[in-house]
Amino acid sequence: MLLRVRDVTKTYPGADGPVDVLRGVSLDLGAGETLALTGESGSGKSTLLHLVGGLDAPDAGTIALGGVEITTLDDAGRAALRRGTVGVVFQQFNLIPSLRVADNIAFQARLAGIEDRDAIAAMADSLGLTPQMDKYPEQLSGGQQQRVAIARTLAARPALVLADEPTGNLDEATADQVLDRMLALVGDSGAALMMVTHSQRLAARMGRRLHLRAGSVA
Amino acid sequence: MTRTVLSALVSHWRRNPLQLFTLLAGLALATALWSGVQAINAEARASYDAAAATLGEGRYDQLTRADGGAIAVADYVALRRAGWLVSPVVEGRIGDVRVVGIDPLTAPGGLGPVSLADGADMTAFLSGPGQVFGRADALAALGDVAANRVEAPEVAPGTVLTDIAVAQRLLGADGIDRLIVDPVQPMSRGPLDDIVPGLIRQVAQGGSDVGRLTDSFHLNLTAFGLLSFAVGIFIVNGAIGLAFEQRRATVRTMRALGVPLGRLIAAMVAELTVLALVAGAVGVGLGYLIAAALLPDVAATLRGLYGADVGGTLAIRPSWWLSGLAISVGGTAIAAAGALWRLARMPLLAAGQARAWAMAAGRGRLVQGAAAVALLLLAAALAAWGEGLVAGFGLLAALLIGAALALPLVLGVVLALGARASSGALSQWFWADTRQQLPGLSLALMALLLAMAANVGVSTMVSSFRLTFTGFLDQRLASELYVTTADADQARAFVDFATPRTRAILPLMSVDRAIAGLPAQVFAARDDATYRDNWQFLSSVPGVWDVLAAGDGALVNEQLSRRAGLALGDAVAVADGLTLPVVGVFGDYGNPIGQVIVTEPTFRAAYPDVTPLRFGLRVGPEEIETLRADLRAFGLSDAAVIDQAGIKAFSLSVFDRTFTVTTALNVLTLAVAGFAILMSLLTLAALRVPQLAPVWALGLTRAALGRLELARAVLLALLTAALALPLGLGLAWVLLAVVNVEAFGWKLPMFLFPWDYARLFLFAVLAAAIAALWPARRLSRTPPAALLKVFSNER
Repeated sequence: MLLRVRDVTKTYPGADGPVDVLRGVSLDLGAGETLALTGESGSGKSTLLHLVGGLDAPDAGTIALGGVEITTLDDAGRAALRRGTVGVVFQQFNLIPSLRVADNIAFQARLAGIEDRDAIAAMADSLGLTPQMDKYPEQLSGGQQQRVAIARTLAARPALVLADEPTGNLDEATADQVLDRMLALVGDSGAALMMVTHSQRLAARMGRRLHLRAGSVA
Repeated sequence: MTRTVLSALVSHWRRNPLQLFTLLAGLALATALWSGVQAINAEARASYDAAAATLGEGRYDQLTRADGGAIAVADYVALRRAGWLVSPVVEGRIGDVRVVGIDPLTAPGGLGPVSLADGADMTAFLSGPGQVFGRADALAALGDVAANRVEAPEVAPGTVLTDIAVAQRLLGADGIDRLIVDPVQPMSRGPLDDIVPGLIRQVAQGGSDVGRLTDSFHLNLTAFGLLSFAVGIFIVNGAIGLAFEQRRATVRTMRALGVPLGRLIAAMVAELTVLALVAGAVGVGLGYLIAAALLPDVAATLRGLYGADVGGTLAIRPSWWLSGLAISVGGTAIAAAGALWRLARMPLLAAGQARAWAMAAGRGRLVQGAAAVALLLLAAALAAWGEGLVAGFGLLAALLIGAALALPLVLGVVLALGARASSGALSQWFWADTRQQLPGLSLALMALLLAMAANVGVSTMVSSFRLTFTGFLDQRLASELYVTTADADQARAFVDFATPRTRAILPLMSVDRAIAGLPAQVFAARDDATYRDNWQFLSSVPGVWDVLAAGDGALVNEQLSRRAGLALGDAVAVADGLTLPVVGVFGDYGNPIGQVIVTEPTFRAAYPDVTPLRFGLRVGPEEIETLRADLRAFGLSDAAVIDQAGIKAFSLSVFDRTFTVTTALNVLTLAVAGFAILMSLLTLAALRVPQLAPVWALGLTRAALGRLELARAVLLALLTAALALPLGLGLAWVLLAVVNVEAFGWKLPMFLFPWDYARLFLFAVLAAAIAALWPARRLSRTPPAALLKVFSNER
């Protein structure tokens, strides 16, 4: 099993006292599987994604990724996990504005120690980004920026791709195109994909679906 | 990974060259002002050291005759035979060049350009026409002399060295002016007084006299350099703050993608260090140019003011290269520390919304306010109870930094009051918007505040120094002519000759004497109207001159009064077995040591061996030229007769040169502050578009918006300038009444120069307006499409 989450809880301080965002969530995800995380706003989808990605630590419970218990890792260990094993596609793209598209795509791969120009070029080509390679993010449309973010994540060849509403800012047609490409590339690489989405239509295209309600698996 | 991280960080500067330029230029300018001043100081000090090393001044004890006359060769021989290891020196001037003759065979090691240990050509030095060593300019100024010239850069400026016999030949002298005492002496030698009576042994000093005298000037320059650097640091702080703020999202992304925090911080530190080194190197180079441009004036100032010779050319010294780079890196570290600390504490998943640059949170403002109040209280405490030079500089720093930190808060209050008083919609928006801009502009305004305060403070100090010193010259140079005679015989003949030709002759006599364990000189004053009419006291008993004339008291200078704790009525030992009460304390500016004045009969009784060789002559102004001619006929050279008016005119011209230096530094500092405002406004301009677009959409033209931007800059500059004036006066007070007293033992009275301040006020506002002109013009030409983008949701 690639990912094994057991009884994870997370509480954040709120204006009216502590808020239980996750209450004992458990799930498993195998290599090559795709999973849609759905639920109302505030149900804990993004929090679960961040915990799995090592961006935050749970209050209780365990998360094992590729056999490694990530809740025991320190900051450097979690950073190494994010470089090599996990790739995150953010809703706001989070591209580096001062780097050209080509350098943005290659960025995470270089952090992971992968220098493969041909693979980068092929990735860009498959996402229709070849004409944009010398441009800066601010010169691209939203859909193009999201494709760059996906290319950046997949170029690092992670075992698990986490996507936080990757098409949330895109129109329906563009969202479909982006998801098509992402699913195809994830399928080619053999990585697993966990995607947070509000869209039932997009969720239906994933292999499995996990619905969260008030911090628990519904 | 490190390369990838560095490359991403550097890409920010590639995309934002203006920001990079601001950072580098701010740091380079700050370093330039600092290192320029340091270069001038270092060069001057090196020259003193060269002088001291060349002539052995300060390093060795010396023997001179008590009456100031020449030492006979027979006396020198007697001393050598008695076992005293002494070496003769002859000294005199040919034109403007000081000629020093030494005996290389007996001189202590390391003295002069030729020594036996160096394997120099001793035969050429000693035989034939002899050799004269000196710098090229000194050798050229020597004129036609019968000796071979040898260029020697290590010889003090304006001085040539030669063998004693050659010097005697060139100067037409036959005696010895002084004897240098070797530090290692045989135990068996006899007592000095038994062998040659009438010689005085002057004890070696830790540093040269000239160096101590000029320390006052250097200290002021250094303080100015520090202030200029502080102005620059505010610019750098602003530039670094903006760069870090704009890179927050990038940093968060990099961390999310797996860059460890430690590696990221290390990469940023490395990046800033490289930038600081580059800017520092440029700054030191610029500083060199500033110093090279100002050095002739500084050299002239020091030469005239204190008699110190400073070379007119500048040598690049490794010490100030290193100190310039260190100050650049250190300044960057100070400026970046806060930003790096915030980045290190920034949570990985913090809310991602954009935060306007430098929009301080309420808590930040509270902390800043508390720090400002604490520093100003500390300054007040140091002013009241602080002692020592460190406390003086601590007071200076606390006052300036406290005031700078308080500036945005004070301006915020003033702008809030303005908003409350306004009624129209546009004026209300203007005041509120100006207040909103305050955090973004506050660092540049702090730089302007410090620059103006430095200008007011330093100008006040220099001008006060000039006024005080002019008054002091009037007091001390009251006689119309000053005459120096060669020896006691000539002095006696001169007095007989001059008495019928003058209204009064005032002998100038002094001896060195330790008073209360401090080096001091005891002077004689003849009871004459010259002193009664011209001297001003800081404090004195009633009828002070009558008491002095009766031999019932002594006058002491301010330095001695402060250092030895001597107040009116306290006893001072003016000679062995003679103690007199202090009856007056007088200002004695520029003198590093204590001075006591007693009446002439008292002095002659206490020191019967001292014969006056120098005299002040009182004559009517119309008789001066006739008397000069008579004195020439008597046999005194022009160099031995000094015209008081000439000295005063020369002294004032020296101050004018001092003004040239300080004015140049003032202009540069103000330019740096203007640059800070320009850069802040330019970088803010891009952030301003979303704030201005709604106002434009509601019906204000772009040109009107541009005009309002200009008015805003002028308003803020006016308010800042108004606050800088009292701060600058406070700075001047600290320099004159605290730092100067702690450093040199005398306090300078403070004078005010309202017209100078008004002019500076105008310049500062003008600088701000010029700085705001370009950003305002750019804003007034912002294409409507750029403004419309603000309302578009298109990503």
